[in-house]
Amino acid sequence: MDMTDINPAASAAAADSGRRFGDVILDLQNISLRFGGVKALTDISFDVREHEIRSIIGPNGAGKSSMLNVINGVYHPQEGRILYRGQERKRLEPYMAARQGIARTFQNIALFKGMSVLDNIMTGRNLMMKSNILQMALYWGRAQKEEIAHREKVEEIIDFLEIQDVRKTPVGQLPYGLQKRVELGRALAAEPSMLLLDEPMAGMNVEEKQDMCRFILDVNDQFGTTIVLIEHDMGVVMDISDRVVVLDYGKKIGDGAPDEVRSNEDVIRAYLGTSH
Amino acid sequence: MLYRENGQFKTSYAADQQIFPILQDRWAIGLLLLVAFVAMPLLGSEYFFRAILIPFLILALAALGLNILVGYCGQISLGTGAFMAVGAYAAYNFMVRIDGMPLIVAMLLGGLAATVIGVLFGIPSLRIKGLYLAVATLAAQFFTDWAFLRIGWFTNHSTSGSVSVANLNVFGIPIESPVSKYLFCLVVVCVFALMAKNLTRSAIGRQWMAIRDMDVAAAVIGIRPVYAKLTAFAVSSFIVGVAGVLWAFVYLGAWEPAAFSIDRSFQLLFMVIIGGLGSISGAFLGAAFMVLLPVVLDQLPHWLGIPISTATVSHLVHMIFGALIVFFLIVEPHGLAKLWSVGKQKMRLWPFPH
Repeated sequence: MDMTDINPAASAAAADSGRRFGDVILDLQNISLRFGGVKALTDISFDVREHEIRSIIGPNGAGKSSMLNVINGVYHPQEGRILYRGQERKRLEPYMAARQGIARTFQNIALFKGMSVLDNIMTGRNLMMKSNILQMALYWGRAQKEEIAHREKVEEIIDFLEIQDVRKTPVGQLPYGLQKRVELGRALAAEPSMLLLDEPMAGMNVEEKQDMCRFILDVNDQFGTTIVLIEHDMGVVMDISDRVVVLDYGKKIGDGAPDEVRSNEDVIRAYLGTSH
Repeated sequence: MLYRENGQFKTSYAADQQIFPILQDRWAIGLLLLVAFVAMPLLGSEYFFRAILIPFLILALAALGLNILVGYCGQISLGTGAFMAVGAYAAYNFMVRIDGMPLIVAMLLGGLAATVIGVLFGIPSLRIKGLYLAVATLAAQFFTDWAFLRIGWFTNHSTSGSVSVANLNVFGIPIESPVSKYLFCLVVVCVFALMAKNLTRSAIGRQWMAIRDMDVAAAVIGIRPVYAKLTAFAVSSFIVGVAGVLWAFVYLGAWEPAAFSIDRSFQLLFMVIIGGLGSISGAFLGAAFMVLLPVVLDQLPHWLGIPISTATVSHLVHMIFGALIVFFLIVEPHGLAKLWSVGKQKMRLWPFPH
């Protein structure tokens, strides 16, 4: 990672923790998303800086997952502008987002159930495989070299996530916590510059959460990957995030460092309710 | 010798990524090929080649092609018979209209023609899934049935509607006797099975399976659904088309559109489901089940010396065959290939339960 591009305007929290931020990599401006008459997102603006861990929190149905779906092109907002690496993005399909270096995991695990752990993670490197269909049919020359070269990379990820013993197991047979880990591995295999994580710790016990936190922090630290995280566990969010954006009923009600957000009146009201 | 992989350490990824990483499997497949290529031609009777082995091989090839589409990519197709017909009639036309067209080239061109039609009828898969897609591919079936019956040009204006080929040869070797036909089919099937296996263990195969298992997630990691689905249709119809050429040229010799009716499409789909979706060996097991079992059931009373009339036998065969299909699907919905791999897993651990 380049140490020289630390942005002096990065938030105070970042400076406090000594974390390294880059420029704004993703800028969302006045995003509105409707499904028929239902307003999923209304006029939301926030930005994500390179190398930071940016969390999106909010009560159920606040529009958090919709927000991720907008970022990686699954949904197309009716209004608003999205700037990725300074360039305005036109209508974009999910596979194009992947080509631009955006990877993600899903709230409900979206692994390829019929395939082994190894094959699942190998699909993450799909974009980097360049041999043509005839070479693959003969499994000769470039095709075989590619399979082996990418296998080495995938094995590094398997080592990193400590799932060596299940590499040939069909993912459908793995326990929930491991499946979440494999899904993270598949996203990492693409060597993304931005990683969108949709509730990576949902349904996990304390140890599994700690493991997952460690992986997320390691990814951020070792590879410099920008992370956009949705998580319900406030302890985790406040601990590992650099900045937090709070959504409620599709509107943004708070944005800033964890401490600022924690003391924000609107946020407290959204989470705890108020007496009338 | 026990079926164990103990002590067979892999020291390179290339060794770990072989088709048959376990030594015993390599021996078994070597033995199988030896039997198929050497023992069978020496021992088999003419009836055995004509009625059992040749149809088995060709239908296995067609099932293999269909399995790429249905089993690996998850796109249901009921147009298999149509794609076989396109292959057969295209190859026929290349043979008739171009002098000195070699059989192999005509076969590959027939496959390519089936590819074009397959991709064309695969386009609806970009918008619809599952049973709706199955119904859409039925259009291919009806369309080709109609085209080859009504458009005289395709059948070279044959008055009876039936067309035939004769004097087949490969590199000057005549493909006329049952043994030579069998060997020709065997070589083609082995080559295509190997290539299909290679595709399914490469990047493209993983793309197909990703689309099958979870299409949204596949798109999010950069797989283009359009590309994955249409390549599956293309590769599948190519293989099915080649199988169609073999079926018409080598097995039938003379044929009419009814040879590739909807019944054929259903038969192949059943083979794939019973054999095992998403497995190369499944296509062979399914074809063996569908081709061999009726023959075996038919002969069984005769072998056992049970006095029973042939008419009763043929009725019983239908009933038993149907019951067996239901039985296998209940015992193992993932097909014979899965049953086989479960068996191998048990053998690896034997005599321990886990």
